[in-house]
Amino acid sequence: MASARVRLTFPENLIKEPLIYTLGRDFNLVTNIRQANVDEHVGWVSLELEGEQLEIQNGLEWISNKGVRADLVSGDVVDG
Amino acid sequence: MGYAINLKCRGCSREIEIGPYNVCDYCFGPLEVVYDYDAMRPGMSREAIINGPRTMWRYKDLLPVDADKVIDISAGYTPLVKADNLGKKLGLEQLYIKNDSVNPTFSFKDRVVSVAVTKAVEFGFDTVACASTGNLAGSVAAHAARAGMKAYVFIPEDLERGKVVGASIYGPTVVAVRGTYDDVNRLCSELSDSYNWAFVNTNMRPFYAEGSKTLGYEVAEQLGWQAPDHAVVPGASGALFTKIWKGLHEFLDLGLIGAFNTKMHLMQAAGCSPIINAYNAGSAFIKPVKPDTIAKSLAIGNPADGSYALRTISDSFGSGYAVPEEEVVKGISLLAEAEGIFTETAGGVVISGLKHLAETGVIKPDEVTVAYITGNGLKTQEAVEALVNPMTIDPTIESFRQVIGNI
Repeated sequence: MASARVRLTFPENLIKEPLIYTLGRDFNLVTNIRQANVDEHVGWVSLELEGEQLEIQNGLEWISNKGVRADLVSGDVVDG
Repeated sequence: MGYAINLKCRGCSREIEIGPYNVCDYCFGPLEVVYDYDAMRPGMSREAIINGPRTMWRYKDLLPVDADKVIDISAGYTPLVKADNLGKKLGLEQLYIKNDSVNPTFSFKDRVVSVAVTKAVEFGFDTVACASTGNLAGSVAAHAARAGMKAYVFIPEDLERGKVVGASIYGPTVVAVRGTYDDVNRLCSELSDSYNWAFVNTNMRPFYAEGSKTLGYEVAEQLGWQAPDHAVVPGASGALFTKIWKGLHEFLDLGLIGAFNTKMHLMQAAGCSPIINAYNAGSAFIKPVKPDTIAKSLAIGNPADGSYALRTISDSFGSGYAVPEEEVVKGISLLAEAEGIFTETAGGVVISGLKHLAETGVIKPDEVTVAYITGNGLKTQEAVEALVNPMTIDPTIESFRQVIGNI
């Protein structure tokens, strides 16, 4: 089992979609929301994912292709 | 022993013991060092600081280290230059340049890395690492050399040659990563989870960031123990900006300076301005961006301290501005030609941003203003290549006169 901590940013047109539910169901991932802020225009969710490493990667690729931005929860690692 | 007692989550305020962690296990918020100021206060005075070393370590009690022996390559205590020529051009009578481009590896990163590597030694690590687009790479490699530690430096494959040389010379393992900015980020995050290394801006980040406070302390000391009316600061992760503000407040709380009304102004390049985008939108929400700017040292699309930088703007009644990309080189030239200080692209952002603040009346002519120059121009020479156009002559007076005319 592997885990990942990601921050998902949802554009306005995707806020109503049950994407986190689908991510967990279709990729067999346990999704655990730690922090979130969602309104009618934009939303972000800090999320822990647990599952097989390959499924985590596939799941994040799937949700990125849907138009959700997936970033490291601690901010960018690359610095100036 | 030092005065750091705990780490505290900036999101949920939970406290944990000091260790090599940067994120709260409960809410994933960033961790920050907590100090015992009451214990620190009796030994803290202007005299004690003045009698300290002429480096950033004169403020050691306010930094999160316990060891007597710090990893010091003489970072800090850099010049605060009264910039009368530039001030005249901008209509500012009390303008100062904090010239941090003269640090040992030519950027302010020496301040943060000195703390991070000192702490890494305390924690028992034998290897330090970082992912960098330039300044950080050189500083980590230099401090690792000084500490006798192994160093791994990850850089984008297309990084400018001068920056690769500036890190490689100190003998680290330099790894150039093929892929996009996001790919490099993802890999380095996985590496920091997989190896028992001190990754200066991930597991060492709470300590690393504290080094930036010394840029607040030093300016206040060099201004005669007072805070400026305005501070103009470049913004990447937002940590430098928030830590300068924190440093000024610590000095106030310890009675080293009096009450102040410093307005904090954050400057980003338009090609990577996630914090300013939120500021302009009146939103507390930082929407990550894909960096596309010549100011590579500010190219952080997902800034860890972005929301806290916004709060600092608000708390200080300051402002933020996204400098158009075409103004960055103009800022570099302006500073070089007026004051003889050659800065890198981040400094160009600061000077063009300063010019904007002066022109729009945000800064009044008689207000004490400090512009923070955080990196040296020799690192980003390619950015100003178009300005270089020497006249070529034959080795005769006639040839010289032909080209130059009568003078």
